[in-house]
Amino acid sequence: MNKSQHKQTLLRLGDDALILGQRLGEWCGHAPALEEDIALTNIALDLIGQTQSYLSLAGSLNEGDTQTDDQLAFHRIERDFQNLLLVEQPNGDFGDTIVRQFLFDYYALFRAEHIASQTFDLDTAAVAAKAIKEIRYHADHSSKWVIRLGDGTTESHSRVQKSLNELWKFTGEMFTADEIDIAAADSGLLPYLDTIKTKWDLAIDSVLKKATLHRPEDGWMQKGGRSGIHTESFGFLLAEMQSLPRTYPDATW
Amino acid sequence: MSDTKNNWPLWEIFIRSKQGLGHKHVGSLHASDAEMAIGNARDVYTRRQEGVSIWVVPSESISASSPEDSEALFDPANDKVYRHPTFFVLPDEVNHM
Repeated sequence: MNKSQHKQTLLRLGDDALILGQRLGEWCGHAPALEEDIALTNIALDLIGQTQSYLSLAGSLNEGDTQTDDQLAFHRIERDFQNLLLVEQPNGDFGDTIVRQFLFDYYALFRAEHIASQTFDLDTAAVAAKAIKEIRYHADHSSKWVIRLGDGTTESHSRVQKSLNELWKFTGEMFTADEIDIAAADSGLLPYLDTIKTKWDLAIDSVLKKATLHRPEDGWMQKGGRSGIHTESFGFLLAEMQSLPRTYPDATW
Repeated sequence: MSDTKNNWPLWEIFIRSKQGLGHKHVGSLHASDAEMAIGNARDVYTRRQEGVSIWVVPSESISASSPEDSEALFDPANDKVYRHPTFFVLPDEVNHM
């Protein structure tokens, strides 16, 4: 893996966490209950913390001057973000948010478990090792909600099944390797995506069974995030996230 | 918030801190079941490293003494200072009692 591919790999780790963290932050003050409001924003903060570490490491691999995490988060344009399309999907209702989180959490968990155990990049291994504890809690939180909603009332069941059906088309991208993923897996930094797909399938199926939800068929899968082609709402997310640092470039607390 | 039909039940939360020996009452929150109450308590009450252990108790399971009874319950202890272990003379060798 060359230096540029190494940087791209770390950007993807950072971008997945950053964009999902930003989405979850939109729930602040709007969640169905105070307790859940705090839970979702705690998860958002965990993800932003992971972002800072991954983007700082990515910035240190830049050709030319080192880039800071803030520069990478707030001063890149839409085409330069490489997050999964799944994590940028709008919050929708609470069930949509939970299903989005649930599908991502197990992917992030198995990916982080591999990264923490590899020796190609020890700095990134240390970040992943810390992140694992956080992600285990995220996965536990989202799984319990999927089970509660799926095995809940007729309305909660049908609504969360609909969320699952609609978000399923974004799951294919998680396991579709491009040349950067393959180079990263060859170096040892990332897992081969088919190996975590097997674990992900088992984890997802086990929770869906308890939730009495039907796993959608793998049909047409929407891709593009990893190559900077995003869905419609992403521009609005970036505009909100980046407006302050772009309007006042040297603003501090 | 007093509409019980549409609210999750109330739980009392007890947290044991790293230094503390016993669980201390820290507040209350809403949750649909005990498992969720523990999750919520983790998020609401331990986000600044306050605890290493959580107990949750349904608020309705707690019985409380009545304020009207407080004279009868607590005032009789006022003039019984001999119940405090302050009348023993400790040898100098015993420190930090």
